[in-house]
Amino acid sequence: MSKLSLRQLAASPRLGVASRTLVAVFGGYALAAVTTAALALWLPVERADAVITGTLLSFLIYTVAVLFAFSTRSALRAWVGILAPTLVGAALVWLGGPA
Amino acid sequence: MKASLRQSMAWLHTWSGLLLGWLLVAIFITGTSAYFRDEISFWMAPELHHSVASEAAPRLAWEQLNATAPDARDWLIALPHERHPAVELRWRPDTPDAQENRRRRGERAELDATTGELLEPRASRGGGFLYRFHFELYGVPRIWARWLVCVATMFMLVAIVSGVITHKKIFKDFFTVRPGKGQRSWLDAHNATAVLALPFHFMITYSGLLIFMVMLMPWGMNVAYEDGWRGFFNEVFPREEQAANAGAPAPLVDDIQPLVARTEAAFGQPARYIEVEWPNRDNALIRITTAKEAAITDRRRGGNPSLSFEGTSGRLLKTDPGVGADDGFAARTYNLFVNLHLARFADPATRWLFFLFGVVGSAMACTGMLLWVSKRTQQLRGKTPGFNLRLVNGLNMASITGLLAAMAVYFAANRLLPAALETRESWEIRAFLLAWLATLIHALWRPHRRGWLEQLAALAALWLAVPVINLATTDSHLFSAIAWRHGALAAFDLVCLGMAAGAGYAFWRVAGHKPARKPARAARARRAAAGESS
Repeated sequence: MSKLSLRQLAASPRLGVASRTLVAVFGGYALAAVTTAALALWLPVERADAVITGTLLSFLIYTVAVLFAFSTRSALRAWVGILAPTLVGAALVWLGGPA
Repeated sequence: MKASLRQSMAWLHTWSGLLLGWLLVAIFITGTSAYFRDEISFWMAPELHHSVASEAAPRLAWEQLNATAPDARDWLIALPHERHPAVELRWRPDTPDAQENRRRRGERAELDATTGELLEPRASRGGGFLYRFHFELYGVPRIWARWLVCVATMFMLVAIVSGVITHKKIFKDFFTVRPGKGQRSWLDAHNATAVLALPFHFMITYSGLLIFMVMLMPWGMNVAYEDGWRGFFNEVFPREEQAANAGAPAPLVDDIQPLVARTEAAFGQPARYIEVEWPNRDNALIRITTAKEAAITDRRRGGNPSLSFEGTSGRLLKTDPGVGADDGFAARTYNLFVNLHLARFADPATRWLFFLFGVVGSAMACTGMLLWVSKRTQQLRGKTPGFNLRLVNGLNMASITGLLAAMAVYFAANRLLPAALETRESWEIRAFLLAWLATLIHALWRPHRRGWLEQLAALAALWLAVPVINLATTDSHLFSAIAWRHGALAAFDLVCLGMAAGAGYAFWRVAGHKPARKPARAARARRAAAGESS
């Protein structure tokens, strides 16, 4: 990365970018994965339709998560904002859908 | 990040676009060619060019297969049609080993559709090579290549959305064109190509990811079905299995023509495929499939209407109107995106439209990469560019002009390599890869304006050479293709000439480019070295 690009980071240190990248790539994927799984289990429609709906949304959720990770005021907010809903989704998957 | 949303999105757009931009350019260009995969493959097999579709094709194929592979596991006859006027035969021999049977890819042959003569097309991967390259590259383990391409596609999706957010005046910008002004002009070109076909760019990127959902995002399928994606697909797209074992020997019906005629009458469409399971056994099954004007949500592989007949008697067993009627939301949605990506529904005009969108998408990716270099070159204000800038400029050159030049070499090699050469199809691909490598070395050696001029000149010459070589080596060149009114063959050569003209025009523009201000002579020389106009 040239000096130029770093200045464009608006004074954000390298570490912040690395941290945001980490949460964007892996956190974003985790969020997309658990949301897809939770929707597949919980949506009150036919099983196949719930699966396809969840999967269709997954790539959009991932995209929005990446954009979010790079637009928050601090890297910490990015981590919290992505990991919190991921945990909620994981809990829903763990519960295993409406009995 | 204290910056505004728009600034952080601009940063994200720049870097997500650059990091895998070269790969995206290659995916876009080869993927665009894939809309005409069949036409390219046909052009690359001149031995088939004299075949003319005829009514007798099913009978000729029937006789040929009964003679060469009477006791195969199965036959597939692809009847001649506009995009492929020869008859294609495929069959899988039966061996006692079940494992071996599953692995075996089977045999292929091509027949002249009028005379029934066996044709021997030169060995070539044809348009299939470029098509496969756009999602699994070449020479890389398939799974790694697919993941890499999908990661690039995800970057693309992020770049598209962040790019849209970046532009406050997206539609006003769309109508702003400032030619011949370096960075500004590249920005305008990037905006115009992006906005012009934005729905296409989004669709092709998103559907590209969905096609690989089993690999990328299996979690919904995994939690909802015991056996994961297999369970999901079995439920959504149920298929009938072939009978596992051959029956006792029993001859097939003598004449296939009446069954073909009956199928065509039943659906009012020409027959496209004849499939036979266990030919010349007492459990033989004949399935004849027609083409169909289907809704975009209907079509999937094997989803066209068909009649199935008992192989020995020709008695009608089953009428399948094709998919559509019983498909649920999941199946229709999946079909929609897959069909959109593959343009499976497209008539020739729609196919050309998608091809043009692909060209615009390639131009968007290319102008984005060029903009990156142009912006940073301008900010140097005449100073010598550093290593990074030279590297990016060189890689841009190799991925844009270099890839296009290598494609021309691939087509030229198809005409120039001797037909009898061992592993000939691999040599065509080697010619492509070697040409690409040569452009990469050249681009890294001369990553500046003169380098671009040299590659553009080579590009124009190579694409011009393709129809000329075709004229010298075949009798189905542009002039005869026009005389025969063979649209696809003529269009191939015309697109080559168009590519040559485009490269020539780009050469002329770059060669004639003058910096806006008159800098000192030494500064100008340095600027030239930085490849300012690129």
